This record gives sequence, C-alpha cells and structure tokens, in this order.
Amino acid sequence: MASKTITLHVNGEVRTITVRASDTLLFALRGKLGLTGPKPGCLNGDCGACTINVDGWPMKSCLMLAVEAVGKEVVTIEGLHDTPIQRAFVEEFAFQCGYCTPGFIMNCHSLLKQHPDADDRIIKEWLESNICRCTSYIEIEKAVKSVLRKEEPGG
Amino acid sequence: MEVIGKSVIRKDAAEKVTGRAKYTHDYQTGRILSCKMVISPYGHAKIISIDTSNAQKVPGVRAIIAGKHYPLTGEAIRDRPPIAVEKVRYHGEPVALVVADTPGQAKTAADLIKVQYELLPVVNSPTQAFQKGAPLVHEHLGEYKKEEDSHPVPGTNIATLYKIRKGQMDKGWAESETVVEASFSFAPSDHAAMETRCATAEIKPDGTIIIMTSSQAPFMVKRLIADYFGEDMGKIIVHTPLVGGAFGGKASVQLEVLAYLASKAVGGEPVKLLNSREEDIITSPCHIGLDATVKFGADRNGRIRAAEIRYLWDGGAYSDKAVDVTRSGAVDCTGPYDIENLWCDSYCMYTNHPYASPFRGFSHSELSFAIERTMDLLAQKLNMDPLELRYINAIKPGDTTPTRVKLNKSNVGNLRKCIDKLKELFNWDEGIIKEVNKRYVRVKGVSCSWKTSTIDSDAPSGVILTFNRDGSINLMSGVVEIGTGTKTVLAQILAERLKMDVDNIHVRMEVDTQTTPEHWKTVASRGTFMGGRAVLRAAEDVIQQLKEVAACVLKAPKDDLEIADSRVFLRDDPSIGLHFKDIGYGYKYPNGETIGQQIIGRGSYILRHLTHLDPETGAGKPGPEWTVAAYGVEIEFDKRDYTYRLIKACTVVDIGNVMNEKAALGQVMGAMSMGLAFAGRETFYFDELGRVLNPQLRTYRPLRYGENPQYVVGFVETPQLDGPYGARGVGEHGLMGMPGALGNALSNAAGVSLHHLPLIPELVWRAKEAAKNASI
Ligand code: FES
Ligand code: FES
Repeated sequence: MASKTITLHVNGEVRTITVRASDTLLFALRGKLGLTGPKPGCLNGDCGACTINVDGWPMKSCLMLAVEAVGKEVVTIEGLHDTPIQRAFVEEFAFQCGYCTPGFIMNCHSLLKQHPDADDRIIKEWLESNICRCTSYIEIEKAVKSVLRKEEPGG
Repeated sequence: MEVIGKSVIRKDAAEKVTGRAKYTHDYQTGRILSCKMVISPYGHAKIISIDTSNAQKVPGVRAIIAGKHYPLTGEAIRDRPPIAVEKVRYHGEPVALVVADTPGQAKTAADLIKVQYELLPVVNSPTQAFQKGAPLVHEHLGEYKKEEDSHPVPGTNIATLYKIRKGQMDKGWAESETVVEASFSFAPSDHAAMETRCATAEIKPDGTIIIMTSSQAPFMVKRLIADYFGEDMGKIIVHTPLVGGAFGGKASVQLEVLAYLASKAVGGEPVKLLNSREEDIITSPCHIGLDATVKFGADRNGRIRAAEIRYLWDGGAYSDKAVDVTRSGAVDCTGPYDIENLWCDSYCMYTNHPYASPFRGFSHSELSFAIERTMDLLAQKLNMDPLELRYINAIKPGDTTPTRVKLNKSNVGNLRKCIDKLKELFNWDEGIIKEVNKRYVRVKGVSCSWKTSTIDSDAPSGVILTFNRDGSINLMSGVVEIGTGTKTVLAQILAERLKMDVDNIHVRMEVDTQTTPEHWKTVASRGTFMGGRAVLRAAEDVIQQLKEVAACVLKAPKDDLEIADSRVFLRDDPSIGLHFKDIGYGYKYPNGETIGQQIIGRGSYILRHLTHLDPETGAGKPGPEWTVAAYGVEIEFDKRDYTYRLIKACTVVDIGNVMNEKAALGQVMGAMSMGLAFAGRETFYFDELGRVLNPQLRTYRPLRYGENPQYVVGFVETPQLDGPYGARGVGEHGLMGMPGALGNALSNAAGVSLHHLPLIPELVWRAKEAAKNASI
C-alpha cells in the first residue's frame, strides 16, 4: 500500500512521519512517534482508551486516520504537565490499573476547557464514551468536580 | 498506627496520570515481528483441511503454523492443544498462527487462510453436557495427563467432581418443617479488562527464553512452559510490567505459549501477539457460567437444618482453571451459613463454550446468586425478614465449614456485625418496597457472602529489600501491580514496621522471574496477606542487621537500640544514633576501616496447615481465613415496562484492618460496579452453533459513567491474627453479593422469582408471562 510523508503538530512539536493511507492516528502516535499514552482497547470507538485532543476537542484516535490530522493541533496525555485534572486523579484515586486513565484524563481535560461550568448532565454526556473497568466512576466524578470548583471559585 | 490506614498516595500515581506507565504492548524496543491468530468460527467442528497457500504469498510473512501436534497444555488436566488439531471445541479457538514483519501483513495473511470445517453437534450448556448421550467434547478423556485430585470421567463430559458430605441428611430433612428448592442458571461472560492480553517471546541463541506478558501469574508461565515443552526452567525469564486490569482473567497461561511457539517457528526472533478485543473476549479464557440446584430445609425458627446442592459449572471446552473454580465452589458451597447436614456435588463440565479462567470472587459471586436467591425464597415461605433469616443462620466462630474446618475468632470475620451495620447504612427499617408513584417503586434486596482463598497449599510469597546510599529502601516483591495498589500497601506495611516515611521506600512495580522473588500468583486477594507477611519478615531481617552494625559502633547491646525515621538509636537517648545511610552499606570509620556489609533483607511466607480435600467427604483445610460481607441493592423499578435504575448499592465487609482507606474503598466500590454489571447486563449470547454473538464492547456492555448507583461502603474490623496488621483479603468481596442482592431486589419489585442472569427487563417479562400462563 502506498505510503505518504506527512507533518503533524503533536504536543506542541512539529513531527514528520511516513504513514500508509489506512494507518489510524492511534497507530501512528504509538508506532511512529512512540507516544504510548493513548491505548488501544477496542479499535472501533467503543472504549475511549485511545482518546486524545484534536483542536481542543476529545477524539478517539482509533477512529481517525493519521492523514486526517494534518493541519490540526493534536495533544496526547504526554502533552499535559501537572494539570489540575491530573492532580485530581491522583488525589481522588481515580485510577487503579491506569489503562483507561490517559483517555479519561484527555476527555476530562477537554471537557473542563469547553465547559468550565459543566453540570451533571454534561459531564455524563461526555464521560460515558469511555469505559473504566476498575473504578466505580465515583472517583472520576469527584476528580472532575473538584477541578470544576477550583476553576470557578464563585460557583 | 502511623502509615497503616492512611490514604497514602499510590506509588504508581505519577506515571499513570502522565501516560508514562508502560504495559506489555507499550514496549517496542527494536524490531519485533507480529503474530496474528486465525480463530474458529464455530463452537464444535471437525477440521477437514487448512489451505495456507495464498497466505504464504503475502509479502512479509515469515511463518505459518497450523495443524501441528504440540504437547497438550492445561493445568489440572492436560486437555488443550495450544493450536487446534483435528477439531475445534469452541468459538474463538486458535486454529493457525501467522508470523509476519508487520501487524498489517500478518492480518492480511491470516484472512487468506482457508479452513474447511464439518459441523459437529454442539454442547451448549452444562446441563445438556450432563445428560446421558450428550455429544462428547473430548472423546479421549481417559488418556490425558492430569493432577492426582482431578477425576475426569471418560465417556462423559465430566471434567471432575468434588463432593461435600457432612452430617446426616435424613436427620436434617426430618428436622425441617419448611423446604424450598430452586434452580438457577447463567451463561459465561467476560472479564473485559481494558488492556487486552498481550505477550511477546524471544529465544536467544543460547536458548534463553524471554517472555513479556500481561499476566497475573508470570511465575506460572515460567513453570508451565518449562514443563510443557521440556525447556530449562532457569533459562526462561518472564517479565510482567504494569497490567491493565486482570480480574482473574490473566491468571491463565495461554498467549504466552502461542508467542513462544511463534518465536520458535522463526528461529527465535522476537514476536508479539496482541489480542484484539474480540479475541480477548472469546479466544482467551472467560468468566465461568453455572447451572445450580439448591434445596434448603429449615425448622420453625428458621434455622437451616439441611441443604442439598448441585453445581454444574460451565468449564467450557478445556478444563484449565475451571477445575479449581469447581473445587472452590464446593468448599464454600453453602454461602456464609452454618448448616450441619450438607450434601453437595460440584461438577466441572465440558461444553462447547469458551473456556473459563478464574473471575474475581473465584466461584463465589456465581454460587452466591443461587444461594442468596434461595435464602430469599426460604424467608418468604417462612414469612420472615430476609436479613433476620441470614442473621440467625450466620456463620460464626465455633461453627465448622462445609469441609469441616473449625472456625475461630480470627479465621472468620463477624458476619452478624456486618448485617447489623448494613441494616443501619441501608435504612433497612424503612421497608423493602416504597411506592414512588403509580408507575415507579423503589425496592431493596439483600445478600451475604463469605470466601476463603483456595490456593495451592505450598504457594510461596517472597520479598527482598535493598538499601540506597541515601538510606532509602527498595522493595522487591513478586506481586504483580494489576491495579489494586497492593504494592503501595506493601510499602505502607514496611514503613509502619520500620517507623519510617513511606516516601523513602521505593517499590519496584515490574516483575521479572529472574530477579524478583516469587509470589505464586497475584490472585485470590492474597497479595496483601502473603506479600505483607513476607515484608514483615524481611523488615525483621533488616532490623537485626542494622542493629548489629549499630550496636558495634554505638557500643551498646542490640536490645537497647530502637529504629525509627530511618535511624537506629539508643532507646533512652534518641539523639545518639546512626542514620540508615551510614550503615546500609557497612559503617566506615574516619580512618577508612569499615565494618558490616551491604544489608539485604529477605522475607518469605507460605500459608500454614492447608491440606487436600478428602475425595469422598471433602473434609480438609482449603484456605486460611474467611472474609464475610453483607450487601444491599436498591432499585427504582418501572412497573410498566419492567426496566429499572440502580439507586444505591451497599457493602459492609469485615476487612480485618483498613490498610489504605481510599485504596480499600476503591477496591470495594470497583468490585461492586463489576458485580452489578455481571448481574444486570453482562453475558455471552450463544447461537445454536455455539457462537458468541456479542464479542464487542458495544454489544457486551460493562457499566459506563453515570449508569452507576450511589455506593455506600461500611467496614467492620475484626483483626485476623495471622494477617499483617490484622488485614483480611478484600479485593473481590464487593462483587460477590451483587448478583444475589440485585436478583432479590428485582424479584421483590416484579413479584416473580427470577432465576437467571443477567437481570434484564426481558427476563422479568418472561417470568411474568410464565406466571400468568401458569395461573390460567
Ligand atoms: S481503542 Fe479507540 S475507542 Fe477503544
Ligand atoms: S483504572 Fe483500570 S480501567 Fe480504569
């Protein structure tokens, strides 16, 4: 199959890689850029373990082709550094095995940016796209809400 | 206590929230070939031919393995060809392996392999398997190599039978005024850990076999591969990094064998085999199914006088760990109740379903559904409060278990206390049914459980401690970090014993079987107990060595020394002492002279007094202690369409001693979530060819965010004297009572008795219709 050289913006860096047209972004991130934070869990959009941010929105990287990411701002979990939501996940024990965690954190991170005042309904709408098999979700809910409060001292 | 009980931040926290945590599939150093399986599309079929000619032509293909006889594999019974030969026995069974340069090439080639099958009659349930004249899953059952205490019956589908015979049945029935009998069943399901299983293998020119695997049992991988294929055990090194959820499903050894064979086929080059989600659900071992019949007799006061129980476990196509699950089901067959006269047959049956591995709770969540539903039926018939019935029959010190272990204050938790606390936390007194409006009712159901851990009687756990030059300590244990945070708890135990800052203890997360002391398997909630005991011994060893050097330098007898805050000092004058950093590698006098040596602490532990079970009566000591728990589930039921919403789930467990509060809560609540999903929605749907119709996470649906109820967890603390700081195993217990409690709640709500899982509205509708038709 034909390969193509493309330039991607990932975690604030410009990276040039060679991909096949059919390579998913998840495959390229992990295999070509060594960013193994995004995880494969189903490869068909069911689990959310592969979630990253594309132009600020959560995206399941198994559902997007690498070539589609050209010209877009891609952020993986490796691109977050000591953010409030990461700290909250630690404090609230919102992970156990940690496999779903990068995807959940990227989803939460984007949620907090897009809806700094999210209510329960919005949080559910966003987070039900990811599966965590270890925690009870209560821990994740607490983590998200603790950051909401911090970002909105008045609310 | 300083460190025990605190919500110490997990040692793996930083790497897990930054994406730096690495799991098996994340390691990709250098060139590694890809392996892809071809799997059986049928439950039971003869393999007529395998045509690999087109697949061979795909560029990059390095080897194709099909139709080859390898030594049979399996645990209690060696009944499983690693790659199917002659026939397939379950949907998903590996039929061929392709090794190629890239995953894409391997997949392309695998798709081009043509296998011709001839369908065979399918055994689609353990009850069917049990019938006379049922098709046979294994025609040569008598010829397999097996462990001494498994008893496959040639000419049948019985992989093994465990019997419990206790007391006198005729006496028991004579004393029973009220008798209930009921049957229950549910199909196999899956663990659905978020990380699919993955294994890599490489055979070096000198014969060293290096395996990396997402496993709960790396030491077992080493033993079994040596044993199956006659390899030198010392030449096998198994690495296990962090594991992305396991729940028992990664305690079986399967992909490792395939990766090893694949590597062998390409001259030992490194090969990786990663399950797709679909393969992870059907090809790799699943969560066992069960058909059960339970008969209880009680006297007029509600004391259970007799019980007759038959379990037919759906071991699937190969017996693997299902034999042990069946045994464990026999051992605790009654649930946590004192029943003097008892008869139980626990059968491990072969069927044409995916084969079973352990599942969190190891037979207990399954049998507990049957037992706890029966308890509610009995309470109904006796016209008694269901919690009261459980209370008066609750197991307690002085009673004996089904296998006649005498219980005492230490080896069993306090179930009555759990029930009392549940009543309070679950507002039991406000009644079982509360009308919301004409359409909705809020309804409660309860259950109880107990569990011992039936592990090998000689299962070891070891720990090594070494020092860094700054006086901090490295802790190495063979416990695998599967998500439970056990390695953090081990650090807490060490910190508590040495009275030091837990931040100065560094835990090695990865396990490799060459340099990490063995911990048998990370299963059965044994990590804290056994690993913890080993840590305490290693701590003792270190203390002695530290004091020896310090005694010399401080010119004081060892007895006068104490240890705290990384220092050894004089008991009566703590200002006179030495920091660990000055003695961890021997003490160097100003003139350069050095005494002492590098301090290495070692500790190990084996459970004591465990025995085999008597084949006729089951008598014997199968496990060290019984953790007990009581549960409640409240639902909001829609009387119009039989749907329901989970409102509240409650678990009160006797945990012995809380080691890390948030971690313990996380374990219990996470287990409840899994138990509610198992009870309420998760199952394999089979067609008549034994095919699993829902092997994807969109058709096989774990709980998602927002579908969860409110969780309430209560702890009772009856210390287990043998446990480290009194702790009891608790990783599984939140799960075990959920199917029973939800089943009871929904039965109460719908006004019909429900006997199957999952508890979906259609099941209620069927039961309602059946009841209607019966009354016409
Ligand atoms: S791997 Fe992308 S959603 Fe599951
Ligand atoms: S922490 Fe294991 S799946 Fe979420």
